[in-house]
This record gives sequence, C-alpha cells and structure tokens, in this order.
Amino acid sequence: MSRWTDTVFILVVVIDFFALASSRLGAAIRAVAAQGALLSLLPVLLATGEHQTAHVVALALGALLVKGIAIPLMMGWAIREAAVRREVEPIVGFVPSMVLGAVGVALAFAFSGGLPLPTPEKHPLLVPTSLATVWTGLLLVVSRRKAVAQVLGFLVLENGVFVFGVLLSDFMPVMVEAGVLLDLFAAVFVMGIVMFHINREFASLDTAKLSALKD
Amino acid sequence: MLLLLALSPLLFAALAFTLPDQRRRPLALLAGASLHALLVVVTWIQPPAPALSGWLLLDAPGKLVLGTTSTLFLVCAVYAQGYLARRADRDNRVFVGGLLVLLSAMTVVAISQHLGLLWVAIEITTLTTAPLIYFNHNALSLEAAWKYLLVCSLGIALALLGTFFLALASAGPGGPHSLLVRDLASAGPSLSRPWVRAAFVFLLVGYGTKMGLAPLHSWKPDAYGEAPGLLGAILSGGVTNLAFLAIVRVLHVCNAAGERAFAADSLVAIGLLSMALAAVFMVGQRDLKRMLAYSSVEHMGILSLGLGLGGAAASGAFFHMVANGLVKGVLFLAAGNIHRAFGAKTVDKVSGAAERLPISGPLFLAGFLAVTGSPPFAPFFSELSILNGAIRGGHFWAAGLFLVFLSVIFVGMGATVLRVVQGKAPGGRAPPELADSPLTAGPPLALMALVLLLGLWVPRGLLGLFDAAASLVGG
Repeated sequence: MSRWTDTVFILVVVIDFFALASSRLGAAIRAVAAQGALLSLLPVLLATGEHQTAHVVALALGALLVKGIAIPLMMGWAIREAAVRREVEPIVGFVPSMVLGAVGVALAFAFSGGLPLPTPEKHPLLVPTSLATVWTGLLLVVSRRKAVAQVLGFLVLENGVFVFGVLLSDFMPVMVEAGVLLDLFAAVFVMGIVMFHINREFASLDTAKLSALKD
Repeated sequence: MLLLLALSPLLFAALAFTLPDQRRRPLALLAGASLHALLVVVTWIQPPAPALSGWLLLDAPGKLVLGTTSTLFLVCAVYAQGYLARRADRDNRVFVGGLLVLLSAMTVVAISQHLGLLWVAIEITTLTTAPLIYFNHNALSLEAAWKYLLVCSLGIALALLGTFFLALASAGPGGPHSLLVRDLASAGPSLSRPWVRAAFVFLLVGYGTKMGLAPLHSWKPDAYGEAPGLLGAILSGGVTNLAFLAIVRVLHVCNAAGERAFAADSLVAIGLLSMALAAVFMVGQRDLKRMLAYSSVEHMGILSLGLGLGGAAASGAFFHMVANGLVKGVLFLAAGNIHRAFGAKTVDKVSGAAERLPISGPLFLAGFLAVTGSPPFAPFFSELSILNGAIRGGHFWAAGLFLVFLSVIFVGMGATVLRVVQGKAPGGRAPPELADSPLTAGPPLALMALVLLLGLWVPRGLLGLFDAAASLVGG
C-alpha cells in the first residue's frame, strides 16, 4: 500500500515538471487533470482508522469530480470556444522554468526537513510534495502570458494546497473541506467568464495585451 | 440575531436578481442596506448571543469593523439611487445583486471567530467584487477586473495554506485541534511555534494582498481606478478593513503562542514599506482615482504599523481604521462625481472642480485635508495617537519615518488635488444631468460631517472599544 502512495506523490511532482515544460496548452490541461485525479486517491490511500469513512469518500469523490473532470472539461471548452492558439508562450523560457522548479523542490524538502510535524506523520513525502506543487503553481502564474495558462497555474497551486489539506482531514470540519472545492470551482468559473470577455474585447486571450494600466 | 444580520442582505440580493424593473432595482439595495444598518444599531445597544456554537460572535474589533462597513454601505446605497439613475444605459442587475451579496459576506467576516469560515467569507468578497469592477464593460475595466481576480486569488490561496499551517500547529499533543480564535488563543503555549510562525508569514502575505500592503498592492490602482466611485468607496473603506481584521485575528493567536516579537516586527516593516511606496507613487500622480488608491496603500501601511507597534499605537490603529474608512468614502464618492462631470480623471483634463461642481469640488479638497491628517478631522487624532504610541514605546526610528512619509504624501497629494479643485473649469458649471444633486452630493457630505464630528468629539463608549480591541492584540 505504501509503495502505491509513494508512486502517487512522485507522479504529482513529475506532473509539476511536465506542466512547467509543456509548450502545448492541450497537453498541459490533460496533465493537470491527471494530477487532480491522482490527488483524489490520496484521502483514501492515507486514511487511518480515525477517519470517518463518509468524509474520506466525499473528499475523494469531490476532488475527482472537480479537479479531475469538471474543470479540465471547462478549460478545454474555453480554448475551443475562444479558438486559442495552442502554444503556451512563456515569459520565462522552458529550461529556466524547469531549473526554478527544481530549486523549488529542493527548498520544499529543506523547509519540511526543518519543520517537524506536531502530528503523527502521515507520509514523509506529503509536505514536500505540497510545497513543491504550490511553488510550481506560483511559477506558472507569473511566468505565462496566456490567460488559460495562468489559470492552469492557479489550479496547480490549489492542488498543492489540497495535498496539505489531506494532512488535516482527521480533524478539519467538513465545511472547510467543502470550502476548498467550492472555491476552486467558483474561482475558475468566474475566471472563465472573464476570459470569455477578454477574448471578445481583444479578439485574443493574450494577457500581454492587458497592459494599458500602469504608472 | 447574528445569523439574521449576516443573511438578511442575501434576501434582498435574491430580490434584486429577480426584479425585472431596471429603475426600481436600486431600491432593493437601499432597503437591504437600511435593514442591515438598523440591525447593527440593535447589536450595539443589546449585545447579541453567539451563534453556531461560538463560530459567530461579535467582539470589540468586529463591532468597529461592522459599524464602519454598515455606515459606509448605507451611505453608498443612498448615493447609488442617484448614480444608477444617471447610468440607466447599463444593466444594473449584477451590480445591485453583487453589492448585496458582498454586504452579506463582509458581515460574516466581521463576526466570524473561526479562521476557516473567515477565509471562505473573504474568498466570497473577492469573487463578488470582480464582476462589479467590470461594471463599465470596457477594455480597461476588464483588465482591472482580471488583475484583481488573479492577484487576489493567489493571495487567498496562500492564506488558505497559512490557515492549514495554523490548523496543523493546533494538532499537536494537548493542542486544541480547532481553528476557533478563542481555542487557539487559550491553548497558546501548546501550539507548535515553528508552524505558527510559518502560518503568520503565509497569512500576512495572503491577507496583505487583499488589504493592499506593498509590495502586494499591484491590483489596487487598477481596480480602484476603473471601478465606479461607489465601489471604490466600499472596497477601500470596507473590504480592506476586513482583511485588516483577519490579520488582527491571526496576530491574536501569534501573541498567545509567544511569537509576538516576530509578528510585530514584520507588521512594522511592511507598514513602513507601504507608506514609502505610496509616497513615491503619489508624487506627480496624474490620475485622481489612482492617487486615491495609493492613498489607500499608505493608510493600510499606517494600520499595519500601528498594530505592530502595539500599546497606544494599536488603539490608534483601530481609531484610524474607522476614520480612514469613512474619509475614503467621501473621497471616492466626490471623485466619482468629478470624473463624471468632466468625463475624465487625469489632471490635464480636470481643473476648476470647485467651479464646475460647487459641492463635490470643495468636498474633495476637504476629504484630502482630512485624509492627510489635518486637524480638526478624525484621522489627525488617530495618527497622533499612533505617533504617541510609537514615541512612548521607544520606537523613534519608526516615529521619524512615519512623520517624513506623511509630510511627503501631504505635499505630493496636495499638488494634484489643488490642480483639480482650483482654477477655471473648461465648460463652466456642469449641466443639470451631471451637476451635484441631493442624492449624489448629499451622501459624501453627510460622511464628511461624521468625520468632522469624530474629530471634535469621540463618544466614551467608542474610545473604550478602541482600547478593548487593542488589548486583544497586546495593546
């Protein structure tokens, strides 16, 4: 069982790198969908006897539906509808982004090594994976020019936060768990609407055109 | 009672979304705001019982934030009657409904004692304001809404991670396993200190983004510049205070866990940085509303500074929170009137506002004097007590820098404001459809009177509330 869990964590980090390196939007969306689906396994894999089964199943199914299916479908719909060109167009090149990503993973391990968990450890890879994914997400948001790519970065960041949340699922009230999923859905939904308007206004989804406001 | 307070605006929001009549819809806003203000007055007279097993509770800082928000919202709702009547070209369904949802979410933030619920409510305020910024439906407002949404979503995601860190800190042996501020504070020493410190960093960055502290303020000039003046008033006078309240709650927990020194130093540093950055961008600023946005960055810096210094300065910070919230209402509503009367908001196109708009023009000047801390208005006294607290606490460097930044900002902002207000108006007095009317000039005038009143006389009960709020965070 533990071997499977290791594999999930490693795959999540590999997908982080794939998202940083990928130059095609469609592939990046599918990768992030796969990451979301993998994450939905975590609550089940890491469940201990103290869990209430209903919560575990709800969290896993919710994550699978929202992160693995609904949002990727919406993103795919957005790029088809807006006829986005398929390239990602990074501000920071692919190789420098990979290097920065690698630095992030190293820092994540150093950080979690320096901060001992106050709770019984669920899995040694959990905290570093979460922090590395959060870092990747931040990197994607600031280093990509296309609105869709930025939203993808935001999703990766939220995935990282979700991994950390699994650590707390023993005693976190349901409401907060639900809040996480709802927020993700709502944020992207609104972003989707905004993207649609950006497209209509500028006939493009390039946020570099959004640069009239400055000092 | 608290539940009624939080949920009643939603009822009016539902009404606003279903009403087909464009002209009557703003009345739902006025009704929702009036009922809310009335209920807030009732809670001030008779303290309400905690609701939802202690998750909702009205304490001293919550009372101050709720009172300011409700007052400001009511004034803006009156102003909206005049404003939306003049903007009959725009569909106001989303605007009116969204404002009411925002009021409900703001109320929940003010009374929430649970950090998870607090986070959810702040997230809702972000989501509801984005479409409101896009009210004018042009390319610039779209750009502003997109930046606002993206930057604030990132901030809010980091705040969630910080909240998780804090939950983890509470999960050690003997810890409270809870995110209720009361439980966390009473279990102080049993919290895991390294995780509390990490949580504070993430929460300061997250909620600091929402508050608009430098260097996380990048969305602010754009959003305030492009949003209608009415929304700018609510954002800069209400929503930023809520993020400040969130930081107050977190600081309360940090103090109990023994991390006061670290947290206080961070707050002082980020506060002074915000004031410095605002001073740089305010000198020579040509756009009225962007200037006000930088003024908001400055004042958020002052709040953070006062909170970090503690003691009398923390009490002054709570006073300043109320005073700044009300003055920002005056400034944004007056700036909105000027913007519409001139069809422009940059200094090269706007001059002689006092001639063109005999009420809003001078009001803008008075608001400027108040916000930069001139006597006898309320911000003068709140800034004085922050300065007093800094000197009595032995923070001479902070006090000196505080004064330097305030003077630079006074000169920089004054140059822009005087160019706008004085001189000859290009078209003479405004035509009736753009001129000051009771509904557009009356509300900021009433707010200005309130600011003057709070400068001349602060009720004893209110002073007690400032001290009570400050003593929660080590005042």
